[in-house]
Amino acid sequence: MLVEQIAVFLENKSGRLAEITAILAENDTNIRALSVADTADFGILRLIVNDVEKARTILQEAGFTVGKTNVLAVEVVDKTGGLATVLKSLHNAGINVEYMYAFVNKSGGNAVLIFRFEKMDEAIDVLQKDGFTLLSGEQVCAL
Amino acid sequence: MTVIYWEEEMETLPRVGLESIQLRRLQHLVARVYKTVEPYRRKMDEAGVRPEDIKSLGDLGRLPFTAKDDLRNNYPFGLFTVPMEEVVRVHASSGTTGKSTVVGYTSKDIDTWAGIMARALCCAGTTREDMVQNAYGYGLFTGGLGAHYGIERLGATVIPVSGGNSKRQINIMKDFRSTVLLSTPSYALNLADAMDSLDIPPASLSLRVGIFGAEPWSENMREEVEKKLNLKAVDIYGLSEVMGPGVAQECLQSDRGMHIFEDHFLPEIIDPDSGEVLPAGEQGELVFTTLTKEAFPLIRYRTKDISRLIYEPCDCGRTLVRMEKVTGRTDDMLIIRGVNIFPSQVEHVLMGVEGVEPHYQIVVEREGNLDTMSVQVEVSEGLFSDEIRVLENLTKKIQADIKSLLGVTCRVKLVEPKTIQRSEGKAQRVIDNRKI
Repeated sequence: MLVEQIAVFLENKSGRLAEITAILAENDTNIRALSVADTADFGILRLIVNDVEKARTILQEAGFTVGKTNVLAVEVVDKTGGLATVLKSLHNAGINVEYMYAFVNKSGGNAVLIFRFEKMDEAIDVLQKDGFTLLSGEQVCAL
Repeated sequence: MTVIYWEEEMETLPRVGLESIQLRRLQHLVARVYKTVEPYRRKMDEAGVRPEDIKSLGDLGRLPFTAKDDLRNNYPFGLFTVPMEEVVRVHASSGTTGKSTVVGYTSKDIDTWAGIMARALCCAGTTREDMVQNAYGYGLFTGGLGAHYGIERLGATVIPVSGGNSKRQINIMKDFRSTVLLSTPSYALNLADAMDSLDIPPASLSLRVGIFGAEPWSENMREEVEKKLNLKAVDIYGLSEVMGPGVAQECLQSDRGMHIFEDHFLPEIIDPDSGEVLPAGEQGELVFTTLTKEAFPLIRYRTKDISRLIYEPCDCGRTLVRMEKVTGRTDDMLIIRGVNIFPSQVEHVLMGVEGVEPHYQIVVEREGNLDTMSVQVEVSEGLFSDEIRVLENLTKKIQADIKSLLGVTCRVKLVEPKTIQRSEGKAQRVIDNRKI
């Protein structure tokens, strides 16, 4: 049920994001979803890609600090209140979200929410119990 | 462990005997420089002291100091005591902080130096069987050639690879089975990084001992180097003005400090501000008088290195005084908002934080009338997290640790790996952008 995500450390310098995306493109790595979290000094780029190990290796070779974490991908219908129902279920169970981002899947009319929780296992139980669809890494990349 | 000495008698001489040798050599030296070197004669005359006034080692304090400026003012050869035809070699400092300083050696000086350096290597546990990779720079810098002659004198095999070209260094290490590495500590870490990127585990190499010096480094940095290179790291001290590497050497038994080869170099610790000689055991600026050098002897040379002298007996049996690891230099001391800071103190804090790489830089700026210090730390995979909060907590922790040790608030900036310039010789730890 867990989806592998890579995270890259970025200094706030112009051109860094362009550089990373160019490296991934040159190596035929497709980005399925991404988010950038930033502070005044640095940023963290989080990516879900079709080939995690390859992306990780090529970025490391290019001199970036790369980490790998597991996240959850939840599929909801792309309509008003889709996210709210998921968050409500998590809130009721007392589960904190560390961070999240989302993307919309045009062909299927669904939205995919990417979550990182402190308590990943509990979150899986709660979401499954409440009937949400969790996607695997392959499923996310196949969208 | 059996201790092997190079010159057992001299290294284990009771202090009384040692001091009598020192006094005789000092008297001879003072008489000679007074006669042959005009600047020394003038300074002694101004201070009202004559060679015959030196009746005991305690009279050393009556002699004027020699400072780096004296060397610069007499650039290049003005303080040499012998005619140039007697001088067989010169070395020079890089001159990064001004005009370079030049030192000279007679053929006897070169011979003495090789013997002292062999003693240092032996003190660090090196034997004839060792394959010694000498990664100190060869050339005008004393490190490369100074160590080289000592390794040969000892009878070990020297690999005169000099500094730089890390990949080649590692291939040599692997193929030649180097057992001893000589380099600056910052370059040793650079080599560890290179091993990592070449996927060569240090345990697969034959390195046993690293003899590191030429720049101040902290105890935490020692642990880091030992762990990363899988060897025992010992400290060596030297400076070109006094001779070059081999002025003092840490033995394998000492838990603190390096033995000063006192039959050649007479140490004092002074208060850097007042110039007063401090009582035994106190911390201050290290001052050396060379006792046996011919071409370029020095009387009471102010090294600007901060240390203390340890007179307690050492487990290795050497009676030679030990100098504590140099914690900083009076001239790389930063004064930030009135607080004295040595880069090595910042290093100590950083190396104490799990996962922090030993590559850092301190940047000092003046904003308005306020000095600000920022410490740049590279984010390794061991430190990195995909959560902002974790990284922010890390910078806060480093900031708090520096604040509690040094009493100064600094900014901690996380930077991408390999963005801080790697050293192939002495690391540049401080960038001072203040225009004062």
